[in-house]
Amino acid sequence: MDPALYKLFFSFLKIGAFTFGGGYAMIPLFEREFVHRYGYLDEEEFADALVICQSLPGVIAINFAVFIGIKLRGGVGALVSGIGVALPSFIIIMVIAAFFFQYIENPYVEAAFTGVRVSVIALIFTAGFRIFRRNRTLFGVFLVALTFVLVAIAYVHPFFVILAMGLFGYVSSKTSEVVDRATR
Amino acid sequence: MQLVSLFFTFMLIGAVAFGGGYAMLPLFERMIVDTHGWLSRSLFIDMIALSQVTPGPIAINSATFIGFQIRGVLGAFLTTTALVSVPVALISLVSFNVERFKRSQAVQAIFTGLRPALAGLIFASAYSLSSDTIFDVWTFAAFVVFSLLLIRFRVHPIPIIILGAVFGLLVYSDLLPALPFV
Repeated sequence: MDPALYKLFFSFLKIGAFTFGGGYAMIPLFEREFVHRYGYLDEEEFADALVICQSLPGVIAINFAVFIGIKLRGGVGALVSGIGVALPSFIIIMVIAAFFFQYIENPYVEAAFTGVRVSVIALIFTAGFRIFRRNRTLFGVFLVALTFVLVAIAYVHPFFVILAMGLFGYVSSKTSEVVDRATR
Repeated sequence: MQLVSLFFTFMLIGAVAFGGGYAMLPLFERMIVDTHGWLSRSLFIDMIALSQVTPGPIAINSATFIGFQIRGVLGAFLTTTALVSVPVALISLVSFNVERFKRSQAVQAIFTGLRPALAGLIFASAYSLSSDTIFDVWTFAAFVVFSLLLIRFRVHPIPIIILGAVFGLLVYSDLLPALPFV
């Protein structure tokens, strides 16, 4: 059953406009809309889409919209879905950014933002901690510490650290496979 | 020229941005704040707060805000498009061969190194951004309390942002008599 393009657009627009907390918060809403409400995808197709979107770089919500869009309506579907999910953010943020500087000079706004910045650091720390908690092997902790030192202390560019760590993961997995095979 | 380097910068960020929103922050910080100086560090943190309290994907919110600050509506359009360009191309390629990608050992192998690295990167971002943000006993205490609420009691980010604003107003404005150590 192929959904009409305008339906696809409005489904993504709605989720983009009313979900706070980023891409991960959107996933259950995508599932409700596309699997349970309209039945465009079954559970397994949805799970596949999720794995793929998380294994590729990029914005999870956009990856998901584009993948679903292609699957249901090809290239035009991808375009319509991607624009739908991004458009509300795009407009809301520009409206806020346009007014932001008029108020930032106000001493009360400034005091409030002094506190809000602390909240942001706690949010970032928490995001790191949640990933860290799932990687508490000796190897995992070593890589977390190594990345931290490289980026925060040695000031290596995160771009190269990401490439190096991906390569390192690949090589070490392949090596342990070879060792497994040799020692079997 | 600036538009070209704006596009290229966001394209590079998008190409290696594994793990979504927060994992992108170290790249944003290094390239937007440090290398190009397009945004000050405190404005960068304010931008993250705004991305949290507005709906939508955090990375899209961030790219739009930064692009708009630098070059208006055109800048916002350019940064957002650039950010998603490489991932969208990859998704399109993969969508033709879902089964093969799913079974790919290489993807899983890469992620054994990438996942811990993402945690390290995000910690590095929290560390470097905290230098101007956590500057006295009160901000440090607030950081500990907020982190506990988020991790231990699973409080939603939006109440934490509101709590931060109330904390800031009470301690750093003249609403209350000045606290010690401020």
